[in-house]
Amino acid sequence: MLFYVLKRVALSVVIVMLAVTLLYCMIHMVPGDPARILLGPRATPELIASMSARMGLDLPLPVQILRFFGNLFRGDLGMDVITNRPVADIVFGQLPYTLWLIFTAIVFAALIGIPLGCYSALHRNSLADRISGVLSVACITAPAFVVALYSLLVFAVTLHWFPAVGAGEKGAFWDQVSHLVLPAFAIGLSWIGYLARLVRASMLEVMGENHIRTARAYGLAERTVVYRYALKLAILPTVTVIGVGMGFLLSAALFTEIVFARPGIGKLIFDSITTRNYPVVMGSVLVSTALFVISTTLSDLINAWLDPRIRASL
Amino acid sequence: MIDVLRRITHEPLGLIGLILVILIVISAILAGVVAPYDPVALNIVDRLQGPSINHLLGTDQLGRDLFSRVLYGGQVALKVALISIGAALSIGVLLGMVAGFGPRWLDNIIMLFFDTIRSFPTVMFALATVALVGPSLETVILVIIVTSIPNYGRVVRTQTLSIKSNEFIRAEHGMGASLFRILGIHVLPNVMGPLVILASMDIPTVIALEAGLSFLGMGVKPPTPSWGSILNDGYTLIRNTPWPIIAGSIPLVLITLGFTFLGESLRDLIDPKLRKSV
Repeated sequence: MLFYVLKRVALSVVIVMLAVTLLYCMIHMVPGDPARILLGPRATPELIASMSARMGLDLPLPVQILRFFGNLFRGDLGMDVITNRPVADIVFGQLPYTLWLIFTAIVFAALIGIPLGCYSALHRNSLADRISGVLSVACITAPAFVVALYSLLVFAVTLHWFPAVGAGEKGAFWDQVSHLVLPAFAIGLSWIGYLARLVRASMLEVMGENHIRTARAYGLAERTVVYRYALKLAILPTVTVIGVGMGFLLSAALFTEIVFARPGIGKLIFDSITTRNYPVVMGSVLVSTALFVISTTLSDLINAWLDPRIRASL
Repeated sequence: MIDVLRRITHEPLGLIGLILVILIVISAILAGVVAPYDPVALNIVDRLQGPSINHLLGTDQLGRDLFSRVLYGGQVALKVALISIGAALSIGVLLGMVAGFGPRWLDNIIMLFFDTIRSFPTVMFALATVALVGPSLETVILVIIVTSIPNYGRVVRTQTLSIKSNEFIRAEHGMGASLFRILGIHVLPNVMGPLVILASMDIPTVIALEAGLSFLGMGVKPPTPSWGSILNDGYTLIRNTPWPIIAGSIPLVLITLGFTFLGESLRDLIDPKLRKSV
């Protein structure tokens, strides 16, 4: 087990490093000098040279990549060339907004999706099950930015139930909560569908297993069998699905943050890309990639830890 | 083929999916004939109108007919989906078979490459590429191809590995069959079933991604209509008129629903085992 954990973690580190290297190579393969593009057509050669040096783009490519990793170990992600602030400060200042958004969305989706899936499994092939099945697919296929646009249009612009832009005043709890409702709904809607289908499928599987039959044979109340024994097991797959789904969550968060003009890492990436602020692009893409890789690795490990069959095969 | 079609149409959801897909595909192909207006023709006098007999879905801020723009936008969506999934599928099949049949070290390299690509959240990878190369439809297609290859490659590799150890492959090998013969005649047909299903379920994702990137201004260049750029217009005009958002989202939602229903009933028909893994 320990060997498996070490191997899995080492592989994740290698993957993140490869991803960063790939990004660096892409910046270099592209025709045109990033410094020149950033400064515009009227910049003098001296200005371009000094900007190149500040972005660290004047050195040979391997040196740049090595230097980036060297700084990374000291927690330094470089300097933002426009505001002259450390990139790490900017990225980690924005990250909590995104994490809260994703967390709220998942909790919201779980609160609706899991009971829905459970109900569908217990009333298999009933009308309600079929309706919930079709609704789940509809939820899953609705792109997050379309849901975000509609909730903005209906609940913010037309009905004025919730605020339309930003994340609320710092320190004002209810203000922040009211700013969180619509974005979390936009991200969470498709997850209601996912979780409902997943819980339904795994619930059906669990309900057919021997220990559930035994529990019934002992004369336990149906409620006890369902909630104490079956649901507990049936919820397990959702843990891993959320881990692997981190990429979708981050992408959905990016769109939602842009639609609601909310601070967060997605909006940071978008803004730094449109202003061609490469150090910030590198830093924020690195952090979100790392977040994604960490969560998939964690879900793999949790899966191995929970499921004796996987553990045995290691 | 006809048998599959008949069985799909017997299922209500499969039938709905098929009708939606056919409807949108035909209206996109025939956009030049059906569309009442030129999708890029300006008509400032009639701007920001609601739906009427003249303009079925209203007009945008430049007086362009939204219904015509939606029809032409379908061409962009389908073009991106067809080209990128076709290319990703071919490259994925090739790499997957090489990884499954080739030497161990090559397999490891290809898998590491797949894992690296998958470690980027797709939209971030797309944004980074667009920032570097510049926004265009070709860039969007390129990004989708690169990010979809691992999905197909992994499936093909797993299938190839499981087929490889079969007796009949060993027998074929022993009789001196070439690698191409083994891969082309025995492995390929065996991996095609799951791939077709995977691809048909990928189409909605790809179309939504194209629309999303165009919504961010990272896809097609204006004035070319795309469902995403119509939605972007709607976003900037959200306090003036709801119609561009409604017009842009209807076909997007319908086609993703259509392909998903179709893909799911295909999957249940062809390969019920996949039900759990997809």
